[in-house]
Amino acid sequence: MRTNISRKKIRDDFVKKIEELSGQKLLACYQCGKCSAGCPAVGEMDILPNQVIRYAQLGFKEELLESKAIWVCASCYTCNVRCPKGIKIAEVMEAVRQVLLRKRRDHVEVSKLSAEDKASVPAIALISNFRKFTS
Amino acid sequence: MKVSYYPGCTLKSNAKNFEDSTLCALRELGVDVQELRRWNCCGTVYSLATDDLMRHLASIRNLIRVKEAGADSVMTLCAMCYNTLKRVNEKVKADPDSLQKIHKFMDEEKVAYRGDVKVRHLLELLREDIKFEAIGKKVKKPLHNLKVASYYGCLLVRPKEIGLDDMENPTVLDDLMAVLGAEPVDFPYKTECCGAYQTVDKPETVADRTYSILTSARSRGAEVVSVSCPLCAFNLDHRQKETAKKHSDFKKVPIVYFTQLLAIAMGCGEEALRLDLHYVDPKPLLRQKGLI
Repeated sequence: MRTNISRKKIRDDFVKKIEELSGQKLLACYQCGKCSAGCPAVGEMDILPNQVIRYAQLGFKEELLESKAIWVCASCYTCNVRCPKGIKIAEVMEAVRQVLLRKRRDHVEVSKLSAEDKASVPAIALISNFRKFTS
Repeated sequence: MKVSYYPGCTLKSNAKNFEDSTLCALRELGVDVQELRRWNCCGTVYSLATDDLMRHLASIRNLIRVKEAGADSVMTLCAMCYNTLKRVNEKVKADPDSLQKIHKFMDEEKVAYRGDVKVRHLLELLREDIKFEAIGKKVKKPLHNLKVASYYGCLLVRPKEIGLDDMENPTVLDDLMAVLGAEPVDFPYKTECCGAYQTVDKPETVADRTYSILTSARSRGAEVVSVSCPLCAFNLDHRQKETAKKHSDFKKVPIVYFTQLLAIAMGCGEEALRLDLHYVDPKPLLRQKGLI
Protein backbone atom coordinates (compact mmCIF):
# COMPACT_ATOMS: atom_id res chain seq x y z
CA MET A 1 0.00 0.00 0.00
CA ARG A 2 1.27 3.42 -0.94
CA THR A 3 0.80 6.12 1.66
CA ASN A 4 1.46 9.77 1.06
CA ILE A 5 2.51 11.85 4.01
CA SER A 6 2.64 15.57 3.45
CA ARG A 7 3.36 18.69 5.40
CA LYS A 8 0.09 20.09 4.13
CA LYS A 9 -1.91 17.26 5.69
CA ILE A 10 -0.03 17.41 8.98
CA ARG A 11 -0.67 21.15 9.25
CA ASP A 12 -4.32 20.84 8.29
CA ASP A 13 -6.93 22.41 10.54
CA PHE A 14 -8.31 18.93 11.13
CA VAL A 15 -5.31 18.00 13.29
CA LYS A 16 -5.71 21.18 15.32
CA LYS A 17 -9.43 20.53 15.70
CA ILE A 18 -8.83 16.99 17.01
CA GLU A 19 -6.22 18.26 19.48
CA GLU A 20 -8.56 21.00 20.64
CA LEU A 21 -11.67 18.84 21.03
CA SER A 22 -9.82 15.99 22.73
CA GLY A 23 -7.49 18.17 24.80
CA GLN A 24 -4.66 15.81 23.87
CA LYS A 25 -1.19 16.36 22.43
CA LEU A 26 -1.15 13.86 19.61
CA LEU A 27 2.61 13.95 19.08
CA ALA A 28 3.16 12.59 22.58
CA CYS A 29 2.27 9.16 21.20
CA TYR A 30 5.31 7.03 20.30
CA GLN A 31 3.27 4.12 18.90
CA CYS A 32 3.99 1.48 21.55
CA GLY A 33 0.67 -0.19 20.74
CA LYS A 34 -0.42 -0.80 24.32
CA CYS A 35 -3.83 0.77 23.65
CA SER A 36 -4.55 -1.67 20.83
CA ALA A 37 -3.17 -4.62 22.79
CA GLY A 38 -5.68 -4.13 25.60
CA CYS A 39 -8.72 -2.90 23.65
CA PRO A 40 -11.65 -5.32 23.94
CA ALA A 41 -13.11 -4.03 20.67
CA VAL A 42 -10.13 -4.43 18.30
CA GLY A 43 -11.68 -7.53 16.76
CA GLU A 44 -14.34 -5.35 15.16
CA MET A 45 -12.16 -2.38 14.26
CA ASP A 46 -10.85 -1.63 10.77
CA ILE A 47 -8.04 0.55 12.11
CA LEU A 48 -6.64 -0.04 15.59
CA PRO A 49 -6.57 2.57 18.38
CA ASN A 50 -2.82 3.25 17.93
CA GLN A 51 -3.44 3.70 14.21
CA VAL A 52 -6.23 6.15 14.96
CA ILE A 53 -3.68 8.24 16.86
CA ARG A 54 -1.09 7.89 14.06
CA TYR A 55 -3.61 8.94 11.41
CA ALA A 56 -4.63 11.89 13.58
CA GLN A 57 -0.98 12.96 13.98
CA LEU A 58 -0.48 12.86 10.22
CA GLY A 59 -3.77 14.48 9.28
CA PHE A 60 -5.34 11.48 7.56
CA LYS A 61 -8.75 13.06 7.77
CA GLU A 62 -10.76 10.96 5.32
CA GLU A 63 -9.37 7.68 6.66
CA LEU A 64 -10.45 8.63 10.16
CA LEU A 65 -13.84 10.09 9.30
CA GLU A 66 -14.73 7.03 7.25
CA SER A 67 -13.41 4.50 9.77
CA LYS A 68 -15.60 1.98 11.53
CA ALA A 69 -13.32 1.99 14.56
CA ILE A 70 -14.56 5.30 15.95
CA TRP A 71 -18.09 3.87 16.24
CA VAL A 72 -16.97 0.54 17.67
CA CYS A 73 -15.18 2.24 20.58
CA ALA A 74 -17.51 2.31 23.59
CA SER A 75 -15.34 4.60 25.75
CA CYS A 76 -14.45 1.87 28.24
CA TYR A 77 -11.19 3.73 29.03
CA THR A 78 -8.98 0.63 29.12
CA CYS A 79 -6.59 2.31 26.65
CA ASN A 80 -6.61 5.61 28.58
CA VAL A 81 -5.59 4.05 31.87
CA ARG A 82 -2.81 1.97 30.30
CA CYS A 83 -1.17 4.54 28.03
CA PRO A 84 2.42 5.09 29.27
CA LYS A 85 2.32 8.63 27.90
CA GLY A 86 -1.00 9.50 29.54
CA ILE A 87 -2.75 10.11 26.24
CA LYS A 88 -6.50 9.81 26.42
CA ILE A 89 -7.23 7.76 23.34
CA ALA A 90 -10.97 7.58 24.09
CA GLU A 91 -11.08 11.39 23.98
CA VAL A 92 -9.40 11.36 20.55
CA MET A 93 -12.02 8.86 19.32
CA GLU A 94 -14.72 11.18 20.68
CA ALA A 95 -13.16 14.17 18.93
CA VAL A 96 -13.29 12.38 15.55
CA ARG A 97 -16.91 11.38 16.17
CA GLN A 98 -17.74 14.96 17.15
CA VAL A 99 -16.30 16.34 13.90
CA LEU A 100 -18.91 14.24 12.07
CA LEU A 101 -21.77 14.66 14.52
CA ARG A 102 -21.40 18.43 14.51
CA LYS A 103 -22.11 18.31 10.78
CA ARG A 104 -25.24 16.31 11.58
CA ARG A 105 -23.77 13.10 10.24
CA ASP A 106 -25.50 10.90 12.81
CA HIS A 107 -24.32 7.34 13.24
CA VAL A 108 -27.63 6.11 14.59
CA GLU A 109 -30.83 7.34 13.00
CA VAL A 110 -33.38 7.48 15.75
CA SER A 111 -36.29 7.73 13.33
CA LYS A 112 -35.29 4.42 11.75
CA LEU A 113 -35.44 2.48 15.01
CA SER A 114 -38.71 0.63 15.36
CA ALA A 115 -40.91 1.07 18.41
CA GLU A 116 -40.13 -2.55 19.20
CA ASP A 117 -36.36 -1.93 19.05
CA LYS A 118 -36.71 1.00 21.39
CA ALA A 119 -38.96 -0.86 23.82
CA SER A 120 -36.61 -3.86 23.95
CA VAL A 121 -33.73 -2.01 25.59
CA PRO A 122 -33.65 -0.03 28.87
CA ALA A 123 -33.65 3.80 29.00
CA ILE A 124 -29.99 3.83 30.05
CA ALA A 125 -29.00 2.13 26.75
CA LEU A 126 -31.05 4.45 24.55
CA ILE A 127 -29.97 7.67 26.21
CA SER A 128 -26.27 6.80 26.24
CA ASN A 129 -26.41 5.54 22.65
CA PHE A 130 -28.11 8.69 21.38
CA ARG A 131 -25.72 10.89 23.35
CA LYS A 132 -22.73 9.20 21.76
CA PHE A 133 -24.02 8.56 18.26
CA THR A 134 -26.35 11.42 17.36
CA SER A 135 -25.89 15.17 17.10
CA MET B 1 -27.30 6.98 59.39
CA LYS B 2 -29.08 9.20 56.87
CA VAL B 3 -28.13 9.03 53.17
CA SER B 4 -29.26 11.11 50.17
CA TYR B 5 -29.99 8.86 47.25
CA TYR B 6 -29.94 9.53 43.50
CA PRO B 7 -31.66 6.65 41.63
CA GLY B 8 -31.38 7.51 37.91
CA CYS B 9 -33.71 6.44 35.13
CA THR B 10 -33.30 2.68 34.87
CA LEU B 11 -33.48 1.99 38.61
CA LYS B 12 -37.16 2.92 38.39
CA SER B 13 -37.93 0.54 35.53
CA ASN B 14 -35.81 -2.32 34.17
CA ALA B 15 -33.56 -2.30 37.23
CA LYS B 16 -36.26 -2.13 39.90
CA ASN B 17 -34.68 -5.32 41.25
CA PHE B 18 -31.48 -3.32 41.86
CA GLU B 19 -33.34 -0.56 43.71
CA ASP B 20 -35.75 -2.67 45.76
CA SER B 21 -33.05 -5.08 46.92
CA THR B 22 -30.77 -2.19 47.89
CA LEU B 23 -33.46 -0.37 49.85
CA CYS B 24 -34.38 -3.51 51.77
CA ALA B 25 -30.76 -4.39 52.54
CA LEU B 26 -29.97 -0.86 53.70
CA ARG B 27 -33.06 -0.84 55.93
CA GLU B 28 -31.77 -4.01 57.56
CA LEU B 29 -28.40 -2.31 58.00
CA GLY B 30 -30.02 0.65 59.73
CA VAL B 31 -29.56 3.21 56.96
CA ASP B 32 -32.25 5.84 56.41
CA VAL B 33 -32.31 6.35 52.62
CA GLN B 34 -33.79 9.63 51.40
CA GLU B 35 -34.46 9.86 47.69
CA LEU B 36 -33.70 13.27 46.20
CA ARG B 37 -36.66 15.36 45.12
CA ARG B 38 -36.90 16.45 41.47
CA TRP B 39 -33.87 14.51 40.31
CA ASN B 40 -33.26 14.34 36.55
CA CYS B 41 -31.17 12.25 34.17
CA CYS B 42 -27.45 12.40 34.99
CA GLY B 43 -26.57 12.46 31.30
CA THR B 44 -25.62 8.73 31.33
CA VAL B 45 -22.22 9.30 29.74
CA TYR B 46 -19.58 11.85 30.69
CA SER B 47 -19.00 14.20 27.79
CA LEU B 48 -15.42 13.84 26.56
CA ALA B 49 -15.17 16.84 24.23
CA THR B 50 -13.36 19.73 25.90
CA ASP B 51 -15.83 22.39 24.75
CA ASP B 52 -19.02 20.44 25.43
CA LEU B 53 -20.00 22.03 28.72
CA MET B 54 -23.72 21.97 28.00
CA ARG B 55 -23.88 18.24 28.59
CA HIS B 56 -22.56 18.64 32.12
CA LEU B 57 -25.62 20.65 33.17
CA ALA B 58 -27.79 17.63 33.87
CA SER B 59 -25.31 16.35 36.44
CA ILE B 60 -24.82 19.73 38.07
CA ARG B 61 -28.56 20.17 38.47
CA ASN B 62 -28.70 16.92 40.42
CA LEU B 63 -25.86 18.06 42.66
CA ILE B 64 -27.82 21.26 43.29
CA ARG B 65 -30.79 19.11 44.36
CA VAL B 66 -28.46 17.48 46.91
CA LYS B 67 -27.54 20.89 48.32
CA GLU B 68 -31.23 21.86 48.43
CA ALA B 69 -31.91 18.73 50.47
CA GLY B 70 -29.37 20.01 52.99
CA ALA B 71 -26.96 17.14 52.35
CA ASP B 72 -23.26 17.19 51.52
CA SER B 73 -23.03 13.81 49.82
CA VAL B 74 -25.14 11.69 47.51
CA MET B 75 -25.24 7.94 46.98
CA THR B 76 -25.75 6.27 43.61
CA LEU B 77 -26.24 2.61 42.72
CA CYS B 78 -25.86 2.68 38.95
CA ALA B 79 -22.23 2.59 37.79
CA MET B 80 -22.98 4.95 34.90
CA CYS B 81 -24.65 7.56 37.12
CA TYR B 82 -21.78 7.23 39.60
CA ASN B 83 -19.19 7.77 36.87
CA THR B 84 -20.97 10.68 35.19
CA LEU B 85 -21.95 12.58 38.35
CA LYS B 86 -18.53 12.11 39.91
CA ARG B 87 -16.56 13.08 36.83
CA VAL B 88 -18.62 16.20 36.24
CA ASN B 89 -18.17 17.11 39.89
CA GLU B 90 -14.40 16.62 39.69
CA LYS B 91 -14.25 18.61 36.48
CA VAL B 92 -15.99 21.69 37.86
CA LYS B 93 -13.98 21.51 41.08
CA ALA B 94 -10.75 21.63 39.07
CA ASP B 95 -12.01 24.14 36.52
CA PRO B 96 -13.84 27.16 38.04
CA ASP B 97 -14.06 28.89 34.64
CA SER B 98 -16.16 26.07 33.25
CA LEU B 99 -18.34 26.08 36.35
CA GLN B 100 -18.97 29.78 35.89
CA LYS B 101 -19.98 29.24 32.25
CA ILE B 102 -22.27 26.39 33.27
CA HIS B 103 -23.93 28.64 35.86
CA LYS B 104 -24.84 31.11 33.15
CA PHE B 105 -27.09 28.47 31.62
CA MET B 106 -28.78 27.76 34.94
CA ASP B 107 -29.72 31.21 36.16
CA GLU B 108 -33.10 29.93 37.35
CA GLU B 109 -31.42 27.71 39.95
CA LYS B 110 -31.49 29.18 43.45
CA VAL B 111 -28.32 27.50 44.65
CA ALA B 112 -24.98 28.34 43.01
CA TYR B 113 -23.09 25.06 42.93
CA ARG B 114 -19.48 25.11 44.13
CA GLY B 115 -18.37 21.54 43.71
CA ASP B 116 -18.93 20.78 47.38
CA VAL B 117 -21.08 17.64 47.17
CA LYS B 118 -19.40 14.26 47.53
CA VAL B 119 -20.58 11.66 45.00
CA ARG B 120 -20.42 8.15 46.41
CA HIS B 121 -21.32 4.70 45.24
CA LEU B 122 -23.24 2.34 47.49
CA LEU B 123 -20.16 0.11 47.62
CA GLU B 124 -18.18 2.94 49.23
CA LEU B 125 -20.90 3.43 51.83
CA LEU B 126 -20.86 -0.30 52.61
CA ARG B 127 -17.06 -0.54 52.71
CA GLU B 128 -16.17 2.72 54.47
CA ASP B 129 -19.14 3.76 56.63
CA ILE B 130 -20.93 0.56 57.57
CA LYS B 131 -17.82 -1.61 57.03
CA PHE B 132 -17.79 -5.14 55.68
CA GLU B 133 -16.96 -6.65 59.06
CA ALA B 134 -20.13 -5.18 60.56
CA ILE B 135 -22.14 -6.39 57.55
CA GLY B 136 -20.74 -9.89 58.10
CA LYS B 137 -22.04 -9.83 61.67
CA LYS B 138 -25.55 -8.97 60.48
CA VAL B 139 -25.84 -11.82 57.99
CA LYS B 140 -29.03 -13.77 58.67
CA LYS B 141 -28.86 -16.12 55.71
CA PRO B 142 -25.26 -16.85 54.65
CA LEU B 143 -24.73 -17.50 50.94
CA HIS B 144 -23.00 -20.81 51.64
CA ASN B 145 -21.76 -22.86 48.67
CA LEU B 146 -22.73 -20.17 46.19
CA LYS B 147 -19.95 -19.55 43.68
CA VAL B 148 -20.22 -15.90 42.61
CA ALA B 149 -18.14 -14.21 39.93
CA SER B 150 -18.25 -10.44 40.37
CA TYR B 151 -18.25 -8.42 37.16
CA TYR B 152 -17.03 -4.84 37.67
CA GLY B 153 -17.21 -3.59 34.10
CA CYS B 154 -15.72 -0.22 33.22
CA LEU B 155 -17.25 2.70 35.01
CA LEU B 156 -16.82 1.77 38.66
CA VAL B 157 -13.07 1.51 38.23
CA ARG B 158 -12.05 3.73 35.32
CA PRO B 159 -10.68 6.34 34.97
CA LYS B 160 -8.34 6.11 37.93
CA GLU B 161 -9.23 9.53 39.41
CA ILE B 162 -12.77 8.45 40.16
CA GLY B 163 -12.49 4.66 40.38
CA LEU B 164 -13.52 3.14 43.69
CA ASP B 165 -11.00 0.31 43.58
CA ASP B 166 -7.88 -0.90 41.77
CA MET B 167 -8.53 -0.34 38.07
CA GLU B 168 -6.85 -3.53 36.86
CA ASN B 169 -7.67 -5.89 39.68
CA PRO B 170 -10.64 -4.68 41.74
CA THR B 171 -11.75 -6.88 44.64
CA VAL B 172 -14.39 -4.86 46.52
CA LEU B 173 -17.34 -6.91 45.26
CA ASP B 174 -15.49 -10.16 45.92
CA ASP B 175 -14.65 -8.99 49.45
CA LEU B 176 -18.32 -8.23 50.04
CA MET B 177 -19.41 -11.62 48.70
CA ALA B 178 -16.91 -13.30 51.03
CA VAL B 179 -18.37 -11.63 54.16
CA LEU B 180 -21.84 -12.70 53.02
CA GLY B 181 -20.62 -16.31 53.07
CA ALA B 182 -20.40 -16.84 49.31
CA GLU B 183 -17.41 -18.23 47.45
CA PRO B 184 -15.94 -15.44 45.28
CA VAL B 185 -14.76 -16.60 41.86
CA ASP B 186 -12.03 -14.52 40.24
CA PHE B 187 -11.97 -14.38 36.44
CA PRO B 188 -9.88 -12.48 33.89
CA TYR B 189 -12.80 -10.74 32.16
CA LYS B 190 -14.10 -8.97 35.28
CA THR B 191 -13.26 -5.46 34.02
CA GLU B 192 -13.68 -6.12 30.29
CA CYS B 193 -16.26 -3.89 28.57
CA CYS B 194 -19.62 -5.55 27.79
CA GLY B 195 -20.18 -3.25 24.80
CA ALA B 196 -22.41 -0.86 26.77
CA TYR B 197 -24.75 1.24 24.58
CA GLN B 198 -23.62 -0.60 21.44
CA THR B 199 -26.47 -2.90 22.46
CA VAL B 200 -28.87 -0.57 20.62
CA ASP B 201 -27.27 -0.56 17.16
CA LYS B 202 -24.85 -3.51 17.33
CA PRO B 203 -26.48 -6.19 19.51
CA GLU B 204 -24.37 -8.88 17.83
CA THR B 205 -21.19 -7.21 19.17
CA VAL B 206 -22.65 -7.30 22.66
CA ALA B 207 -23.59 -10.95 22.17
CA ASP B 208 -19.93 -11.75 21.40
CA ARG B 209 -18.71 -9.87 24.48
CA THR B 210 -21.33 -11.56 26.63
CA TYR B 211 -20.12 -14.89 25.29
CA SER B 212 -16.46 -14.17 26.21
CA ILE B 213 -17.23 -12.70 29.62
CA LEU B 214 -19.68 -15.36 30.78
CA THR B 215 -17.80 -18.31 29.29
CA SER B 216 -14.72 -17.12 31.17
CA ALA B 217 -16.64 -16.82 34.46
CA ARG B 218 -18.21 -20.22 34.00
CA SER B 219 -14.87 -21.85 33.18
CA ARG B 220 -13.62 -20.66 36.57
CA GLY B 221 -16.56 -22.36 38.28
CA ALA B 222 -19.03 -19.49 38.67
CA GLU B 223 -22.68 -20.44 39.14
CA VAL B 224 -23.91 -16.87 39.05
CA VAL B 225 -22.43 -13.53 37.94
CA SER B 226 -23.11 -10.43 40.02
CA VAL B 227 -23.11 -6.93 38.53
CA SER B 228 -23.47 -3.31 39.63
CA CYS B 229 -24.63 -1.56 36.46
CA PRO B 230 -28.08 -1.74 34.85
CA LEU B 231 -26.60 -1.60 31.35
CA CYS B 232 -24.11 -4.39 32.07
CA ALA B 233 -27.00 -6.33 33.61
CA PHE B 234 -29.11 -5.93 30.50
CA ASN B 235 -26.26 -6.90 28.18
CA LEU B 236 -25.04 -9.87 30.19
CA ASP B 237 -28.52 -11.15 31.04
CA HIS B 238 -30.99 -10.28 28.26
CA ARG B 239 -28.46 -10.49 25.44
CA GLN B 240 -27.85 -14.15 26.37
CA LYS B 241 -30.76 -14.80 24.01
CA GLU B 242 -28.70 -13.52 21.03
CA THR B 243 -25.52 -15.06 22.48
CA ALA B 244 -27.05 -18.55 22.52
CA LYS B 245 -28.21 -18.11 18.92
CA LYS B 246 -24.74 -17.05 17.77
CA HIS B 247 -22.62 -19.46 19.81
CA SER B 248 -23.86 -23.04 19.88
CA ASP B 249 -21.63 -24.06 22.80
CA PHE B 250 -22.85 -21.22 25.03
CA LYS B 251 -24.37 -22.17 28.36
CA LYS B 252 -26.63 -19.67 30.09
CA VAL B 253 -25.65 -18.19 33.46
CA PRO B 254 -27.96 -16.25 35.79
CA ILE B 255 -27.00 -12.59 36.29
CA VAL B 256 -27.93 -10.81 39.52
CA TYR B 257 -27.20 -7.44 41.09
CA PHE B 258 -24.80 -7.72 44.01
CA THR B 259 -27.50 -6.04 46.09
CA GLN B 260 -29.91 -8.91 45.48
CA LEU B 261 -27.38 -11.26 47.07
CA LEU B 262 -26.82 -8.73 49.85
CA ALA B 263 -30.58 -8.52 50.43
CA ILE B 264 -30.90 -12.31 50.63
CA ALA B 265 -28.07 -12.44 53.19
CA MET B 266 -29.70 -9.64 55.21
CA GLY B 267 -32.89 -11.67 55.42
CA CYS B 268 -35.05 -9.71 52.96
CA GLY B 269 -38.04 -11.51 51.50
CA GLU B 270 -38.38 -12.56 47.89
CA GLU B 271 -40.62 -9.57 47.12
CA ALA B 272 -37.58 -7.28 47.54
CA LEU B 273 -35.60 -9.22 44.93
CA ARG B 274 -37.92 -8.76 41.93
CA LEU B 275 -36.62 -11.96 40.34
CA ASP B 276 -39.32 -11.61 37.67
CA LEU B 277 -37.22 -8.96 35.89
CA HIS B 278 -34.48 -11.37 34.79
CA TYR B 279 -34.09 -13.07 31.42
CA VAL B 280 -32.15 -16.06 32.75
CA ASP B 281 -34.14 -17.11 35.79
CA PRO B 282 -31.94 -17.17 38.91
CA LYS B 283 -34.68 -18.87 40.99
CA PRO B 284 -33.74 -22.53 40.31
CA LEU B 285 -30.15 -21.90 41.47
CA LEU B 286 -31.20 -19.83 44.51
CA ARG B 287 -33.77 -22.51 45.48
CA GLN B 288 -31.24 -25.28 45.08
CA LYS B 289 -28.92 -23.40 47.47
CA GLY B 290 -31.77 -22.86 49.94
CA LEU B 291 -31.61 -19.10 49.56
CA ILE B 292 -35.23 -18.45 48.55
